[in-house]
Amino acid sequence: MSTVESPVVDNGVNVEALLGARQALAEAPEAAQFRWRARCEWVNGTHSRTTVHDFFGLGAEHTHTSPTVIEGDHPEVFASEDHGPTPTETVLAALAGCLTAGIAAVATNRGIQLRSVSAVVEADHDIRGILGADPDVRNGFDGVRVRYEIDADADRAAVEALVAQSQKRSAVFDILTNPTAVTVEVA
Amino acid sequence: MRTTVVVIGGGQAGLAMSWWLDRTGVDHVVLERGVVGQSWRERRWHSLRLLTPNWMNQLPGLYDIGGDPDDYLGATEVVGLLDGYARAFGAPVLPHTTVVGVRQTASGFRVDTDGGSWRCRAVVVATGTEGASRVPALAAELGGDLQQVTALGYREPGRVAPGAVLVVGASASGVQIADELRRAGRSVTLAVGDHVRVPRTYRGRDIYRWLDELGVLDERYDEVEDLVRARRLPSLQLVGSPQRRSLDLATLSAGGVQLTGRLVGIDRGRALFSGSLANFLKAADLKQARLLDRIDEHVGGGPVHRPEPTPLPPPVTELELARFSAVVWATGHQPRYPWLDPALLDRRGAIRHDGGVLGAPGLYVLGLPFTRRRRSNLIAGVGPDAEALCAHLVGHLGRARSAA
Repeated sequence: MSTVESPVVDNGVNVEALLGARQALAEAPEAAQFRWRARCEWVNGTHSRTTVHDFFGLGAEHTHTSPTVIEGDHPEVFASEDHGPTPTETVLAALAGCLTAGIAAVATNRGIQLRSVSAVVEADHDIRGILGADPDVRNGFDGVRVRYEIDADADRAAVEALVAQSQKRSAVFDILTNPTAVTVEVA
Repeated sequence: MRTTVVVIGGGQAGLAMSWWLDRTGVDHVVLERGVVGQSWRERRWHSLRLLTPNWMNQLPGLYDIGGDPDDYLGATEVVGLLDGYARAFGAPVLPHTTVVGVRQTASGFRVDTDGGSWRCRAVVVATGTEGASRVPALAAELGGDLQQVTALGYREPGRVAPGAVLVVGASASGVQIADELRRAGRSVTLAVGDHVRVPRTYRGRDIYRWLDELGVLDERYDEVEDLVRARRLPSLQLVGSPQRRSLDLATLSAGGVQLTGRLVGIDRGRALFSGSLANFLKAADLKQARLLDRIDEHVGGGPVHRPEPTPLPPPVTELELARFSAVVWATGHQPRYPWLDPALLDRRGAIRHDGGVLGAPGLYVLGLPFTRRRRSNLIAGVGPDAEALCAHLVGHLGRARSAA
C-alpha cells in the first residue's frame, strides 16, 4: 500500500488543536461563548490607556500570560501630544493581526509553508464627519484596503485563496464589514 | 392500516425509493400531501427550468427521459415526467394525505395521517428541502409598504409590486429572479453573500457534463472533507436556457443590476449591506478557476477562453428602503419535520442521519443535499441513494425479523 505524505509544514500554528476545538465546540455551543474585555483609563487630553488582560471563555475566567497596554492619543497635527496611535489606527492593527493569524492557520491546514507575510493596511477617512463639519459625512472610514505580500511554497492562486479564506473566518473583518450592536452607558 | 414501509413524499425521491421497494418486492405505500410532484406544481416560478440537462435526469428504471439531451426541463415538464414515471410502475401513491405524526412502536412505526394511521416496519422520509423559506429575522423590520416575496412564492415579474426590487441572495434562485426582473425593465439591486460561480458551458460542454466526468457529483458523504459545509453549499449560479447562457454576477452587473454585499441590517429606513462583497466575489472567482483548472488537467488541453473575473462594483453599504417597492428573499429554504420526534433532529431542526440512515433503526431520509453523495439532491442523485438505502432497509427488515 502506498501512502501520500503531505509535506511537513511548520508555520507555528497548532492546527490539530484548532480542529479539535472546532469539533468539540460544535457539540458544546455553551463553551464557545467568549467575552472579551478591555479596561480604559483617561490619562490627560486625548491620551488614554487601555489594558487588556482578562477574558471569559470555555466556561471560565482566563488571563493572558501578561497584560498588554495600548496607548491611545491623537497626532500633533490634531494639536495633541501623540502618546500613541489614534484608536482608528489601532483598529487597522487589529484587522491586520486577525487576517494574518488566519493566513497562518489556513496555510498550515492546507499544507502551505509560509516564509514571509507582510501587509499594509490603509483606511480612507474624511474627518469632517468627526469634526461635525459636514453632517453628510460619516464618522467612520470610507473604505479599508489591505495589501499582502506573501512568500510561500504555493502558486499565486493558492496564496489568493489563503487570503480569501482568512477573511471568511476573520472576526475583525466581520466586525468592520457588518453592523454590530453597541451600547454605552454610565455606571 | 398496515404495510411494510411508509414512504413520506411523492416527489422524485419518494418515487425513486418506491421503484426500488417495488423491484425488491417490499410492500409499501407513498403518502403524498398533494399529488405527485406537488412542490414542482406549486413552488416554482413560471420560467423556471432545471439546472441539470436532460441526459442527466435519470430515475431508477428510466434512463432516458426523452427530449433533447442538452435541453433543460421546465417545472410543468418535470411534473409530467414524475406523473408518467409513477404510472409506469404503478407507484402506490396515496394522494392528499398529510402526515401528522411518526412514532416508534414495539414492532416498528406508527404513521398518523389526516386520513388514518399506518403501522409499518420502516419509514422513509422523502419530503425534500422546501418545508419553509429561510427568511432573515430582519425581514420583520421592513415597513408594511414593502411587498415581500420568497423564491418559493415568486411567480413572475408582473406579480411583483411595480418599482425597484431588492433581491436578497445570489444562488441560482436569486440570480435567476434578479435577471428576470431586470429583463422586465425593473431597477434591481442584488444583495450577494457566499455563492458558487460556474460557467454554463466550458470547452463546449455543459458544466454538469464535466462535474459528472470528474467524479465531483459522486463524492461520498463519508469522504468529503467538510460535510457540514458541503451540505450547506449554495446552489450553483446557473440557469437552464436553450441558449445555454451563463448567468453570473458579472453579466448581471453589466446588464444594470446593482450589486451590494449581504443585507445585514435595517436602520432608520435604510438597508445596511456588508462590506464583504469584494471577498465573496474574489473567492467565487478563485473557486471557479480551480474547477476549470481541474477540467483542463482532465482533458490535458491547453488554456481556452475563461469567464472574466467579476469586476468590483462601486461600494454600497446602505440604501434608502423607500426606493424599493418589493423585496425578494432568495435566501434558501429548509425542511421542517413537525411530525418527527424532536430527538431525531439537531439544534437547527435538521434530521440527524448518517448517509440517510437515522439513529432510530428502520428510519431513513433521502433527497437532502449531500445525503450520500454530492448529487443527492438532484433528480440525477435520488436514484443511487434510493438503491443504497433500499438495500440497507431490506437488511434491517431481515435483522428485525430474525431478532423477533
